[in-house]
Parts: sequence; structure tokens; C-alpha cells
Amino acid sequence: MATQTPVSAVVDQTTHTAPRRLWLEVLHEWVTTVDHKKIGLMYIAYALIFLVIAGFEAILMRIQLALPNNHFVSPQVFNRLFTMHGTTMVFFVGMPILFGFGNYLIPLMIGARDMAFPRLNAFSFWISAFGGTLLYFSYLGGDGLYGAGSAPDVGWWAYAPLTAHAFSPGHSTDYWTLSVLLSGVGTIGTALNIVATTISMRCPGMKLNRMPLLVWIYLVTSMLVFVAVSPLTAAQIMLMLDRYLGSHFFDTQAGGSAVLWMHFFWIFGHPEVYVLVLPAFAFANEIIPVFSRKAIFGYPAMVAATVGIGFISLSVWAHHMFTVGLGPGANTFFVLATMVIGVPTGIKIFNWLATMWGGKIHFTASMMFAIAFLFQFLIAGLTGIILSAAPLDWQLGNSYFVVAHFHFVLVGAILFMLFSAFYYWYPKMTGRMLSERLGKWHFWIFLIGFHLTFDLMHIPGILGMPRRIYTYEADRGWTLLNMLVSTGAFIQTVGTLIFVFNMVWSYFRGAIAGADPWDAWTLEWSTASPPPAYNFATIPSVASRRPLWDLKHPEDPDSNYE
Amino acid sequence: MSDAAVIPQASTEEWSLPSRGVVGMACLILAEAAIFIIFVVAYIFYIGKSLSGPTPRDVLELPIFSSICLLSSSFTVHKAESALHKGARGATSLWLAATVLLGSIFLAATGAEWYHLIKYDHLTIRTNLFGTTFYSLVGLHATHVIIGLIMLSLALGFSLGGQMTSKHYPRLQVLSLYWHFVDAVWVVVFTVVYVLGR
Repeated sequence: MATQTPVSAVVDQTTHTAPRRLWLEVLHEWVTTVDHKKIGLMYIAYALIFLVIAGFEAILMRIQLALPNNHFVSPQVFNRLFTMHGTTMVFFVGMPILFGFGNYLIPLMIGARDMAFPRLNAFSFWISAFGGTLLYFSYLGGDGLYGAGSAPDVGWWAYAPLTAHAFSPGHSTDYWTLSVLLSGVGTIGTALNIVATTISMRCPGMKLNRMPLLVWIYLVTSMLVFVAVSPLTAAQIMLMLDRYLGSHFFDTQAGGSAVLWMHFFWIFGHPEVYVLVLPAFAFANEIIPVFSRKAIFGYPAMVAATVGIGFISLSVWAHHMFTVGLGPGANTFFVLATMVIGVPTGIKIFNWLATMWGGKIHFTASMMFAIAFLFQFLIAGLTGIILSAAPLDWQLGNSYFVVAHFHFVLVGAILFMLFSAFYYWYPKMTGRMLSERLGKWHFWIFLIGFHLTFDLMHIPGILGMPRRIYTYEADRGWTLLNMLVSTGAFIQTVGTLIFVFNMVWSYFRGAIAGADPWDAWTLEWSTASPPPAYNFATIPSVASRRPLWDLKHPEDPDSNYE
Repeated sequence: MSDAAVIPQASTEEWSLPSRGVVGMACLILAEAAIFIIFVVAYIFYIGKSLSGPTPRDVLELPIFSSICLLSSSFTVHKAESALHKGARGATSLWLAATVLLGSIFLAATGAEWYHLIKYDHLTIRTNLFGTTFYSLVGLHATHVIIGLIMLSLALGFSLGGQMTSKHYPRLQVLSLYWHFVDAVWVVVFTVVYVLGR
């Protein structure tokens, strides 16, 4: 195996400054591109814009809730804020940013030159982007002839019969359902592309059991998208038929069932949580080993746990519906299924700890976010186990305890791991390092803000503060806690602004990264930063899970052990 | 911490991977199947729950002939596929034409059935839950038939024009996979709507 003949990654080795081009030419290039890297970057940029918008909505809500009997915004505006915040964060921040990283990284990691269907890839991006634009266009177009309020205000799960014409006149709900439908179409297209790329575009020697774990997890996530997002698409079609053609799917007056919508929504809604969190696991699987200077512990167990999570996540949806009254049989089933999902997740946490154990840990900003992810995801999982017990859920359901729990997953786990991924792959995407000093400021400030907000948010929930409440009386004993929670939100904003500044500043002034700044092992680090349009001058071929380790250590290649 | 980008070139065994078209279509079928399952579940859930008539027993008749046409079009598209594989272009066009014809007969029969239901039985999508679920499920399937027919007609056009050769075999294979899926869904829809639902 020691007879590798390395090949240079880039055909043209000369460094030159690109000629200045008209901005219209640059725009044309980005709008018409089918390059997976450009599409990936557009996904990420588009998600970051919506992250800022939805984050701003969160800040407005926290100002409203900071003091009792507050009237900073009107109740109608408040309803729109939490609807838009939830819908935006799930469909137009979470999904596109994760698919953006997937789009960018998967072909590079498996040694391919592009995705399997580049034009479908561009189509999926633009249809999702159109969906997001449509959602916010509702602020202008939602009124219709009814003067019935602009943006959607039915909550992000849009329970029937609130979505019926009688209760949602005007077009705001139509904008909601159309934009979610379009985002679903784009999501299914990208997932299809990822599966076909992973199955059919791997470079020679990249067997399934040699793929980077990130690619494995994206494969499972995409399979999950087919069986989870499609039901939502079907349910949105039904809702549109109800609203436009007068059918009766969710119309209780004609014998239709509101609970059926709940089932359809959560058959999507719970696997969706795993669609969002699995890519965070994927980033952790790449980042933790590199900064622990050890190969990942228990590769086959990680793959098995991922597939296990994929399957079990399909049988837990009704734990969102304990308060509906499903009867003891169904309740017991969903309690047990929900608790079982803790097992594969626990396997993952132990494997990450075992990877770090005895390693030579480099505390870069990326690694610090990853370590915080480990702790916070554990806590999020534990409150999840608490909520999975139906009797406790009856007590805590629809309270701020639930809000705190899922924000621990979405912010404490997913967003932290996304920050980690930015610090890790930004050098590959731009050719410049992010500032480590600013990164550490970002980390500590955001960490403090996060815990101030979401640790304390559990308590008003236990004290009985309901979710989506507009305001509250001063004598409830929630005042101080809400004030602190809102303060934490502002501290997180400061941290995020540092991150944004870091990204902009480093793009122009950051240290030059080079091809492989982290001394990492997967194929994306074997080409230039940023990679040329063709990714690899020669298609690589690999003999182990860590091809760059083999290249750097021909005396002791991994292929001897796998 | 190397600066120069170097691509690993390990010696490897023989390397062949599945066709991306087939994998992509398999994924699409999986996603579409999930959509159909939700509509089928809604249909089954609402069987017998309509608050007013007409009921399926009153108005539905078994579409035996059109079902036979649709199912046998699976066979003809398969023949077209294997004819193209062998390079017999005349036979390809013939079998494709037969497929389009059989699919069109099915679609026409569905149209006639709907015309009768709307005009004489006064069953529309707003009449009751049966109307809601019936038109949406059968309509969803019919939409897929229409899309399939458009693509098959395109293939037929290319075949007649002589642009389709045996090197396009993988593409026809992908299209035929889709058509088999549409037929398989009809077996489920037929069973649920016309057998269980009555």
C-alpha cells in the first residue's frame, strides 16, 4: 500500500488576480450556476439572511415578554411573530443551511466533481428560495380583500380548524401552506440528489464502509426526508384543497377530523427534528476526531446508531399529542418508542467521548463549540426523556418547559454545531481562516447568553407559564425569570454579531488558509481552498477511511487496520 | 499543515457503481409512495364517515376494462425497453405507441367516470367526505398518469424521429420504472377505493 503517487490538486498552479468583472456578470454567474459549491454557498447565505430575520422576530417576542402587562407589540402581531419565527427557523434556516453544507461537502468528501444531478440541484435551491420569499411576501399580499391581517398567524404547526376559511380569512394561511409546500419540493429534490450522489458518484475505493461519517449521516437524513417531508407535502395539498376547492379533509362540521391533521403534521414534524439534528451529529463526527487527533471511535456503531435513529424516529410522532387523549395503548407505545430513541443517541455521545478520551485535544473555537454541543445535547436529551413520560407531559405540555427543551436541541445542539462547522470549513470555502480570538469571544459570550436564556426558561414552564402566551400578570412570579431570559437573548445577539463581523472581516483580512489548515484526513482537504470548479484535477482513489492520513503516513496507513 | 494540495491516488480494485438515474428514480418513487400513503390513509380513515350521500356503494362501478388497459401498459413499456436495448427501433416505437394508447384509454375512462359522477350523481369534491377523498386520491393518481403520458409521448416522438438509439436505453429504463410505479399505485387505489371502500 505504500506506493502512492500523489497528484497535484489544481491544474493551473499560477496565482493571479482575477480580472475585474461587471457586477451583472458576477450576478449572472451565480444565478445560472449548477456548481454544487456555489449552490451550497447560496443555500448557506440564504439561510443566514433568514436566520437574522427570524432571530429579530425572537428578539421582538422577548422584549414583549420581558415585563408583565407589556404592550410592546399587539396580540395580533405577537401571533404572527411566533408563527413566522417557527416556520422560518425550521423551513428556511434549518433545512437550507444543513443542505448547504451537505451540497458543498458531500461531493468533495467522496471525491466527485459535482452532484449527481446538477440542474436539479439548482432547481431545488431556487424553488426553496422562492418559498421563503413567498412566506415573507405575505406581509404585503396576505391581506387580500378581507382586511384580515397580513402574515400567517396560525402557529408553525397550523392546527385545524384554525386554518379553515372561517377562522383564517384572507390569504395569510395560503401563503404559509404554499411556501411550506415549495420548500418541501426543494427539500425532496436535494435529498434525492444527495442519495444519488452518495450511491453513484463515489471515487474508486470509496466503499460504503470507507465513507466519511458525515456522508453516511446525510444519506440517512435524506432517506428520512423522503418518508417525512412527503407526508407534509401531502397534508399541504389537502389543506389547499380545503381552502381553495371547499373539500372537507379537516372540516369537522362535515365529519372531517382535526386530529388527522395533527397526525399528518407530526408524522412529518418529529422525524423533521432528526432531519435537523442528524447533520449536527455529522459535523461532530468530522470535527471532534480531527481536533482530538484520533480516528473516530466505533465507526460501525456510529453508522448503526444513525440508521437506528432514522428508523425509530418514524414511530415517535404522537408524543407531540399526549394531551389530545390517544388512549392508554397508543400512549404507552409512543412513550416507549420515544424513550428507546435515547439508546442510539446515547451510543453516539459515548463514542464522541471515547474519541476524545486519551486524544491530544486542540481547543480551537470549532472544538469548543463542539464540546459545548456535547454537554448541551445531553441536557436536551434528558429533558426530552422527562417529556416523553405521558403523565409528566400532561403537566408540562404546551408550557415554556417544552419551549426550553426544544430550543436546547435547536440552539444548544444544532446551532452550536453549526458555528463549529463554520469555524472548521470556512477556510475551505473562502481560503481564509476565521479569527480564533474573535471566535473565542463569540463562543464565551454566546455560551453565557444561551444558558441564561434557555436554562432559566425551564422554570417558568414548570411554574405554569404557557407557550405562545402574549403577556402575563405581575403577581405570577414569572417576572424576574422572564427578564433574565430576555437579557440572555440580547447577550446571544451580541455573540452572533461578533460572529458576523468575524466572517466579514476574515474574508478580507483573515490569514491565508492553505489546502489543509487543520491537518485533517478527509478528501475535501486534499484540494485547494477554495476548491477549483472541477474540485479535483484527477479523480482521487482511496484505500481507507482517512485517505490523507495514508498519504501523510505511508509507513503506517489506516488500510492496514480496517 | 501542508500548503500544497495533493490528491491521494491509492491502488484500488475494480470499481463500478449503480446508475444514478435508477437511484434517483428509486428515491422519487419512495417519496411519491409516502405521499400516496397519506392520501390512502385519509381515504380509509374517512370510509363511511360522510354525513350525507351519495355513498360509494350508490355511485361507484368497478373500472375493470380501464384497469386491465393500465396494467397491461406496464407490459408494453417493458417490451419497448427491451426492444430499445436490442436496437430494434421500429419495435420500440410500436410498443411505446401501444403504451401511450393504453394509458390514454385509462385516462379517458377516468374522465368519463368523473363526468358521470359530477353530472348525474351530483358528487363533487365539496359534496361530502367521500367526494373529498375520492377525487383527491384518484385525481392524484390521474395526475401521475398524465405526467407519465406526456413523457412517454415525448419518448415516442423521439423514437419516431429517429433520435432515440440504444445508448438512450438507461433513460427509457428510468421512465419505465416510473410507469411501473404508477401502475402499482393503481392496484392499491383500486383495492382501497373500489373493493374495500364499497
